[in-house]
Amino acid sequence: MKNLKIIYILWLRQLKRYVRSKSRMIGSLGQPILFLVALGFGFGPIYAKAGGGNYMQFLAPGVMCMSILFTSIFSGIEIIWDRQFGYLKETLVAPVSRIYIMIGRTLGGATVAMIQGLVVFTLTFFVGFRPISLTMLPVAFLAMFLIALFFTALGTAIGSRLDDMQGFQIIINFLVMPLFFLSGALFPIDGLPKALEIVTRLDPLSYGVDALRGTLSGAAHFGVGFDLTIISILVLIVMFIGAKMFSKIEV
Amino acid sequence: MPNIIEVKKLVKNFNEIEAVKNISFNVKKGEAFAFLGPNGAGKTTTIRMLTTLLVPTSGEVILDGSNVLENPNEVRNSFGIIFQDPSLDTELTAYENMEIHAVMYGLQKILYKRRIEELMKLVDLWDRKNDLVKNFSGGMKRRLEIARGLLHHPKVLFLDEPTLGLDPQTRNNMWTHIKALREKEGLSVFFTTHYMEEAERNADRIAVIDHGKIVAEGSPDDLKKKTNTKSLEDAFLALTGKQIRDEGAENGASRMARRWKH
Ligand SMILES: Nc1ncnc2c1ncn2[C@@H]1O[C@H](COP(=O)(O)OP(=O)(O)OP(=O)(O)O)[C@@H](O)[C@H]1O
Ligand SMILES: [Mg+2]
Repeated sequence: MKNLKIIYILWLRQLKRYVRSKSRMIGSLGQPILFLVALGFGFGPIYAKAGGGNYMQFLAPGVMCMSILFTSIFSGIEIIWDRQFGYLKETLVAPVSRIYIMIGRTLGGATVAMIQGLVVFTLTFFVGFRPISLTMLPVAFLAMFLIALFFTALGTAIGSRLDDMQGFQIIINFLVMPLFFLSGALFPIDGLPKALEIVTRLDPLSYGVDALRGTLSGAAHFGVGFDLTIISILVLIVMFIGAKMFSKIEV
Repeated sequence: MPNIIEVKKLVKNFNEIEAVKNISFNVKKGEAFAFLGPNGAGKTTTIRMLTTLLVPTSGEVILDGSNVLENPNEVRNSFGIIFQDPSLDTELTAYENMEIHAVMYGLQKILYKRRIEELMKLVDLWDRKNDLVKNFSGGMKRRLEIARGLLHHPKVLFLDEPTLGLDPQTRNNMWTHIKALREKEGLSVFFTTHYMEEAERNADRIAVIDHGKIVAEGSPDDLKKKTNTKSLEDAFLALTGKQIRDEGAENGASRMARRWKH
């Protein structure tokens, strides 16, 4: 009971911080809008000509994933800020198993990323995206949450190991960007050069993108059930590693 | 009288810097123990090891009967701490900072609502309770940290330069409150300060640390007698020399500025 309250209050903390930083909320919408408009409308005609069908239907789930990916990694890595501003040590001396602290903040970060994903989901309506079936929506939302959970926990695990902001840029350029661009968010996986296809299969985000595309656009490459299984397993693994890393933090 | 803190042969090296060099001491239950030393002497490093935040290079720490390395969670149940460096969530309000602390320490709502009000009045922040901490002045933030540190009633309270940059009123209120807790609940106190009269007035026993080593230990009177001086300030200078420490040779004002620069 006490542990649930702790998870809840730390979850709430992440949400409050998010809601209060209006600039972060608005700023984070710029990129998805740009991708939807520039790529969606820009590549639409060629994609259709090549026989791919409606590119917006293909792209929109990928852009939702992008938004969730960025927000959740940021939320996880927020630990560096907590360290820098000193709040981290206050949470670390609390008489609570650090696992619960890690779970609370990870759930909070994942919820924030999920909200961000839902906002982008709403935005896609305005550029012509339509989900194929309403009954699949809950599954789509579940997929979104699992993606959010995975990357927040990953961010937390990484953030636990970083001492300062210096490492942050490296993470963005050498982890987040490749995760996104190699996930099949922007292009179909069918018929890729062999090497690229292998890389794509190793990218966890590929399964998130695929699950979302399967449930929202009706075109999964691996299959939604397979995708969700893979992501769930990955969530468990990374939560475990993240909790371990978090418990070892020294400040 | 049993010991609340037992430190044996504690060592901490940061790469080539030997911050704490094989120190041993005990603090008795209910005692107020002052840990004095020049800048960079190793006070904060010692406190970090005593409070589970830093793993020692070697040595043993027993807090309220539990080994800090082996049972960190049990140890965390028995202490409270006011850090030297900032430790608030500035994006939250003052009240929210207090409330999260209360929940993490397992206090019941009826109890913590009353205590939060009482303590925020003690540090004169009650009418600012719903303001974001980032809009507070440096001294107000410090006052909030003090209120938060007193919220759950631990067995031993660590205070790392708690009164740095505080006005005399708040300083006085804080020590009066701590005194009451000591009488009522047998609270033990471990504190550092650079104000010698504060140490003299509030400590039963003092250890002086310099360059990571304990150079003297005893009651304020013992230290004065041992050094043949009239004030604790003179005793301190006699024990640690008059040379300013290169590690942290800065005055109070610039330290406050650094404390709150972000
Ligand atoms: N994380 C760290 N990495 C390297 N050196 C460190 C680290 N933390 C502390 N030190 C060093 O350990 C020594 C002791 O520092 P400490 O903070 O314990 O001093 P202090 O007695 O609390 O001083 P002050 O009165 O200025 O607060 C200093 O030389 C400091 O530079
Ligand atoms: Mg210090």
